[in-house]
Amino acid sequence: MSTTVAARPAPALGRWWSALGPTGGALVALVVLVAANSVFTPNFASPGNFWNILLQLSVTLLVSVGMTFVIATGGVDLSVGSVMAISAAVAAVTVERGLFVALPLALAAGMAVGLLNGAFVSYFRVQAIVVTLATLLAGRGLAQVINRDGALLTIDDPGFLALGRGHLGPLPVQVLIAAVVVALAVFLLRSTPFGRYVLAAGGNPAAARLAGVPVNRTVVSVYVLSGLLAGMAGLVEASRLGASAAAKIGQGAELDAIAAVVVGGTLLSGGRATLLGTVVGALIMQVIATSFNMLLIPYSWALAFKALIILFAVYLQRPRRV
Amino acid sequence: MDHSTRTGSGPALAAPPAPAGSPAPGAGGGVAAPRAPRLAARAASMLQRQGAVVALVVVCAFGALRYPAFATPENLLNVLRQNSMLGLVALGMTMVILTGGIDLSVGSVLAVAGIVAAGLSGYGTAVAVLGGLAAGALLGALNGVLITKARIQPFIVTLAMMIAARGAALGATGENSVHVDRAAKGILWLGRGRVAGIPVPVLLAALAFAVGWVVLRYTRFGRYVYAAGDHADAARLLGLKVDRVLIATYAISGLLAACAGVVLAGRLGSGQPVAGTGWELDAIAAVVVGGTLLSGGQGGVGSTVIGVLLLGIIFNLFNLEGTITPWWQGVLRGVFLLGVVVVQSRLQRRASAHG
Amino acid sequence: MTSPPPADRHDESDVILRMEGIVKRFAGAVALDHVDFTLRRGEVHALVGENGAGKSTLIKIMTGAYTRDGGQVWLEGEPVDFRTPADAQAAGVIAVHQEIHLLSFRTVAENVWLGREPRRWGLVDWGRMHADTATLLQRLGLHIDPAATLGALSTAQQQMVAIARGVSLGARVLVLDEPTSSLAEREVAILYDLIRQLQAEGTAIVYISHRFDELYAVCDRVTVLRDGRLVGTHRLASLERLDLVCLMLGKARDELRQGTTGFAGHQAEAEGAAPLLRAEDLRRGQKLRGVSLDVRKGEILGVAGLLGSGRTETARAIFGADPRDGGSVHVDGKPLDARTPDDAIRARIAFVSEDRKGEGIIPELSVRENLTLAALPTLTRAGIVDRARQREIVDQFMRRLGIKCTSADQKIRELSGGNQQKVLLARWLCMNPALLILDEPTRGIDIGAKAEIQALINELAGTGLGVLMISSELEELVEGSSRVVVLRDGQNVAELRGGDISQQSIIHAMAEGSAASAVPAALEA
Repeated sequence: MSTTVAARPAPALGRWWSALGPTGGALVALVVLVAANSVFTPNFASPGNFWNILLQLSVTLLVSVGMTFVIATGGVDLSVGSVMAISAAVAAVTVERGLFVALPLALAAGMAVGLLNGAFVSYFRVQAIVVTLATLLAGRGLAQVINRDGALLTIDDPGFLALGRGHLGPLPVQVLIAAVVVALAVFLLRSTPFGRYVLAAGGNPAAARLAGVPVNRTVVSVYVLSGLLAGMAGLVEASRLGASAAAKIGQGAELDAIAAVVVGGTLLSGGRATLLGTVVGALIMQVIATSFNMLLIPYSWALAFKALIILFAVYLQRPRRV
Repeated sequence: MDHSTRTGSGPALAAPPAPAGSPAPGAGGGVAAPRAPRLAARAASMLQRQGAVVALVVVCAFGALRYPAFATPENLLNVLRQNSMLGLVALGMTMVILTGGIDLSVGSVLAVAGIVAAGLSGYGTAVAVLGGLAAGALLGALNGVLITKARIQPFIVTLAMMIAARGAALGATGENSVHVDRAAKGILWLGRGRVAGIPVPVLLAALAFAVGWVVLRYTRFGRYVYAAGDHADAARLLGLKVDRVLIATYAISGLLAACAGVVLAGRLGSGQPVAGTGWELDAIAAVVVGGTLLSGGQGGVGSTVIGVLLLGIIFNLFNLEGTITPWWQGVLRGVFLLGVVVVQSRLQRRASAHG
Repeated sequence: MTSPPPADRHDESDVILRMEGIVKRFAGAVALDHVDFTLRRGEVHALVGENGAGKSTLIKIMTGAYTRDGGQVWLEGEPVDFRTPADAQAAGVIAVHQEIHLLSFRTVAENVWLGREPRRWGLVDWGRMHADTATLLQRLGLHIDPAATLGALSTAQQQMVAIARGVSLGARVLVLDEPTSSLAEREVAILYDLIRQLQAEGTAIVYISHRFDELYAVCDRVTVLRDGRLVGTHRLASLERLDLVCLMLGKARDELRQGTTGFAGHQAEAEGAAPLLRAEDLRRGQKLRGVSLDVRKGEILGVAGLLGSGRTETARAIFGADPRDGGSVHVDGKPLDARTPDDAIRARIAFVSEDRKGEGIIPELSVRENLTLAALPTLTRAGIVDRARQREIVDQFMRRLGIKCTSADQKIRELSGGNQQKVLLARWLCMNPALLILDEPTRGIDIGAKAEIQALINELAGTGLGVLMISSELEELVEGSSRVVVLRDGQNVAELRGGDISQQSIIHAMAEGSAASAVPAALEA
């Protein structure tokens, strides 16, 4: 027999803290970080730096949005880094035929990998971590193969370079892209049935199925979405570099994305997701990286600090039980 | 009063067996499955466990037939040596996975241990090796404590540790390698020496696997590792100190990763902050390919040995073939892993559907 | 009028466990309010009460899973304070829970000896472990192979293994929590034998169950709890069932004349109404071997049977939750081949699963989102969910069903079982179904909400909905159904109608395969 036992009311501060919700906590952390940096880090609170942070953020944000949906279904996508490399490679070898050929092909490649991931997870019932691990390994190799066997292919197409280096007024193109993607994603999650289906599939797939939710289709869709967004991120990154560096693009991207998602308040076990949280989480990670950089603290300590933040954020999120 | 029951799928011992496949007479609540599907289920279950062995045999046979250089002692010893350090890491990973958890930090811990050992090498082999091992065990124990006391999922804790340890390794060394001092010749011997023609790392790995096998099968601790992965809450209610078992398991994983790190430092002659990058994924692949399930409670050390060997020999065959670029190798490895896991997943479902 | 017989007086001589003045609080609410409980050597002592009465809390304190906030406990005359289950186990107080708390991937022997594996030279002695287990099982009269994997055994056998483990731990007090909820009748008999043997050996047993037949068959005394308080302890031999029910519910005897469920006043079967659902010869593997039934508009068809008889499988086959191997389903005369729940939903069939937690609620989503989950396609316009309409529906159904929560945006997992069930019912009712399939609709719900839901089902049938109701609670079936179909081993064994529906006839049919005076369906005009 199950009785829902109400949580013991925490002391006043704790109650206020948990009323904020996990994202609220992350937001507070972000504010504190920015405030501290504005005081202690020279040049931090400047418009140049502001744009700098947003620029660096865009690629991670694109991947993190896709990761949010995947994690919301209780899965994970470790292959995003490799997908970035694949789409960059596809773009590099098809760019001579024009952007209208290269870009869709590159994105389609990303979606194809996503489809593969999703199919294995939902129809073959293999665990997401193993499937995407396999596609991570195979994908990195495939990217190199497409890249004319490990060459470093430069891309000169001005239209393509605008992705990563262009501006629309004061706004960098990639920031605009990221902003639009985030807005669309929020809409998708909040206002469409698909958004509810994603959460239901992650919260209780058996119950969702019985309620008529197309669980398998939903799960496949989130992986395709993740592949699409990783493809976009790969294109932006390649554009920034001006080349398809298949060995380098996307290395470690999956970890940054997972960190951003988790710090922001989305549950790793699925069933609850917050895109705003992901944005905050990604911002926190980027602010840390940038400020450590500006303070000339070695990157390695930034890593350690990031790890601490991740642990702390997840610790705050765990469900309270008596 | 009727007391007949069905026998399960294990070897029959001592107790009076009921004829296989016979239904419980007048069953009100349990109708035994007819013969054929149950036999298929048992075959599936065995194949899932032994499938990796079969694959290994097939691959070896293929290699021996196609590449004359394959079945030579030097080549085989080489394969063993190259994979012995991964084997140590995979052994630790096996234990963690048996408890239903995962350890993403092994690669970083390996690097830290190598650096610590190299850093302490001025004080002699004993101090250096102990220092490296202690570092690994402590980091592993820290993982375990965070997982059990702070109740954070293993994926996150070990992910954070992976990032933090790598950062510490890079930061403490300024991204340079740390040379192993001549005073610690023993470490160099660990990585490069041979005993009766067999490379020391191979012997170490073999020893570790043997000990691991005994521990898992014949000690209470080993049984508790399985219990924790099978059903941790039930194990707690049955009185087991599950938390202690988990902390110990992660500490062991850290210790074994450290062992690999020290040996690697010995082989390279220096501790390198970027060592071990990606090894956690290779270890997980080896464990999974060998047949241990990620969900915990099933599998074992023997399976992991097979998994490590299988992956190592496939890599070796790629090299012998010569024409397969490292990129295609990556693709093939990924495809192979996926194929194996899908087959295992089907077999496992067939086995449990009728079992 | 009749007052219950005087409570049993203390008899000091062979008391093994005494609990006095036990208090337990959770977040400000009092779960146990100065409860006393004494247990004698060699007795089987029933502990009864509705859900929320405090039974499981008392048991958890007894076995060390919870710590008490007040009161004293003595075991064999010595004061004890168990802080963990391990403490209690060491003292010989062992619980066997409803959910099997054993390891399914390990063998019987390993499970029995987990934590105390016999060792030789520091290493686990497998030979002795198997031999000792075989001896133990033999002594208890159980024919189970010690080397069998636990998960491969039937639920009954797994339960026996749990009890065997308790015995091997030297249990002086054994707590059995709903031990027969998953057992077939034959297996229950085996359990009784085991209990009597343990009794003869001096073990004291605490027996929790809501099945009166069992309590009266095997228990000596009964302690009744209500709302966290002790109502009384009595000898079962001198307590009539009706009096026991009165004590549990806190009602006087004559209040129960009308029946104990919310179905009192159910209308007669809708004779001559067109069949809404006709299922013929449903087959699926070993579980369903040819089940046929039909449901008419405005009637409640009760489906009875023991665990494993195929009731849930029938429902799931009709609803398309599981694929079927054979048979046919017709809705309103039209054939329905439901391969997914979506197909059935389109045919206006609804299904409320028996497993609220595992197959019903989406825990992190709100009441609003859970309620409208199945209806989302109809609430969507141009890809966007119509919030206004959603709010309207939610408010309407929350009022109609009396769902109690702080707001529609509260997470559903924070609601009580009864309110969760109401939300799940609302999920389907807002789809305006023609046929409602309910699998154990009032299981695990407190008595107030139970009656409300039963009254609601009654009302729905009255408006023309066809209802297929699976239930293990005989009172519910007897009072609520116009007809009752009894299943056994995946097949129909009886159909009862009208005056033939009674608890005895249902039990008879479940056990023997044909009701004493059932009217075979083939003879019906």
